[in-house]
Amino acid sequence: MAEPILRVAGLRKSYGGLTVTDDVSLDLRPGEIHALIGPNGAGKSTLIGQICGSVMPDAGSVSFDGRDITRWNTAERARAGLGRTFQISTILPEFTALAHTMLAVQARQGTSFRFFRPTALDRSLRDPAMQALARVGLDGRAEIPAASLSHGERRRLEVALVLALGSKALVMDEPMAGMGSEGSRELTALLSQLRHETPILMVEHDMDAVFALADRISVLVYGRIVATGTPDEIRSDRLVREAYLGEASA
Amino acid sequence: MPERHAIPVRSLLASLAIVLFPLAYALLANLSGETFHVTLATRIAILGLAATGLNLALGLGGLVSLGHAAFFGIGGYVAGIVASHAMGGEPLPFGLPASAQMASVWALAMLAAGLFALVVGAISLRTSGVAFIMITLAFAQLVFYLAIAWPGYGGEDGMALILRNPFFGLATMRPMTFFLIAFGALLAGLAAFAIIKASRFGAALQAARQNPDRLAALGVRPDRIQLVAFVISGAITALAGALYADLNRFVSPSMLSWHMSGELIVLVVLGGVGRLAGPLAGATLYVLLEHFLGGVTERWQFFLGLALLLVVLMGRGGLMSLLAPKGAGHG
Repeated sequence: MAEPILRVAGLRKSYGGLTVTDDVSLDLRPGEIHALIGPNGAGKSTLIGQICGSVMPDAGSVSFDGRDITRWNTAERARAGLGRTFQISTILPEFTALAHTMLAVQARQGTSFRFFRPTALDRSLRDPAMQALARVGLDGRAEIPAASLSHGERRRLEVALVLALGSKALVMDEPMAGMGSEGSRELTALLSQLRHETPILMVEHDMDAVFALADRISVLVYGRIVATGTPDEIRSDRLVREAYLGEASA
Repeated sequence: MPERHAIPVRSLLASLAIVLFPLAYALLANLSGETFHVTLATRIAILGLAATGLNLALGLGGLVSLGHAAFFGIGGYVAGIVASHAMGGEPLPFGLPASAQMASVWALAMLAAGLFALVVGAISLRTSGVAFIMITLAFAQLVFYLAIAWPGYGGEDGMALILRNPFFGLATMRPMTFFLIAFGALLAGLAAFAIIKASRFGAALQAARQNPDRLAALGVRPDRIQLVAFVISGAITALAGALYADLNRFVSPSMLSWHMSGELIVLVVLGGVGRLAGPLAGATLYVLLEHFLGGVTERWQFFLGLALLLVVLMGRGGLMSLLAPKGAGHG
């Protein structure tokens, strides 16, 4: 088995008396999509926050690509190759799709402190950016301001940003949220191809997408991981059915 | 795929007209011997430059600084202090030679204000929103009271400069000559703004304003980008302050007062936040209203308020958006 790219060990986080992350351990291996499911209030977003650096854990560790990143900030994690997408599409409304992706290319190059050369005609930014947009099928929408892109297009733009960044792993917070069935199918196909290049840890409520995409599934209930396994194992797990799936399908 | 770069012709023309207006105004006034009006054009250029500095932080970076009077005043006091030392033949503190050459005064003013901006920014950028506004205001008030309490350089009364500082061999006391120097500085400031806006740094800065979380998720720390922008912004405003001291041959704590900070924000908002020629458009309207309406009524600021209200209610794009509405791109 290949060495995991991302490993979370013994993570704990409490707010006052409320434990939202209770001794969570999980990992993400190369080439896989690992889905994290759980009822509302299970602590999924807080867990994602601790993995991506916006929330600091009380105990435990997060290691990525062989390094302990538990105390790193968001930007440092992103530079190390940990990409993320947000539950609510997080875009720059005034920037075109192309300008977004060019920004990701310059972030990858570490050249954000250059003051002189105009970016608009800079092929070293533009060409890789257009390639990334083409891979998510947005090359025809490159000059459209992100504020005018559809919800599904914004999701694909976020994926293009990760491609342009060259992230080694991707954490996605509910990528299917708010998507119509058509958009969900398109995004599912896109992510399914992506896993070989960039393994994905994904929080998701859309069970169709989860069972279509995931190689492994972990179930989080009240801040604890109650089960981890293949989709088939999770489907047949009695505990999971009681705690979550039964509830959802009832 | 066909690529098309729409050249925003109307926006370019509008900017050009705004930039050339003070030059034309000064030339005409000079031809007809109205030196007072040359001075008015110089005021437009200098206030436009000061507000262009603020526009970098406020317009591109979204940093609502209510403390830019500090940078304006620091620029002014550097010009005044250097002039008084040069006049008396005393060296400056730290053994710096008291050369009153404008070029070295400007460098010193921008350096001093840039260092101060580094301190203010490093602290205030830990916060955002109202807290950021209040901290920048607090720092500016600190400098304001320091200037009042320090009797060495005029205290509350301010200090007069006997002559304008020299600029190589030019006769800087001639209004038209001094206008051209100030106008040149304005052009340099506008060029710096335009180049930075179009650069990689400018892209990161505008991203930091729109969504700092997104920028951080790309691996770029928004606070560092904003801090560098804040320092450049303060230095440009300080250059304007040094020129303002030379224009009036007078420096006083009023340059450092929070009214001045507010005025600079008004100029930017009035003209068009983030637009290249916006602050200059705002400064032009402000100075002309002040002069022409100020001659009719003491309450000219009522009309300024009215103009500001209209601009804010009519879509927040400022005068520039009336002259050249923003298209799909950003310009």
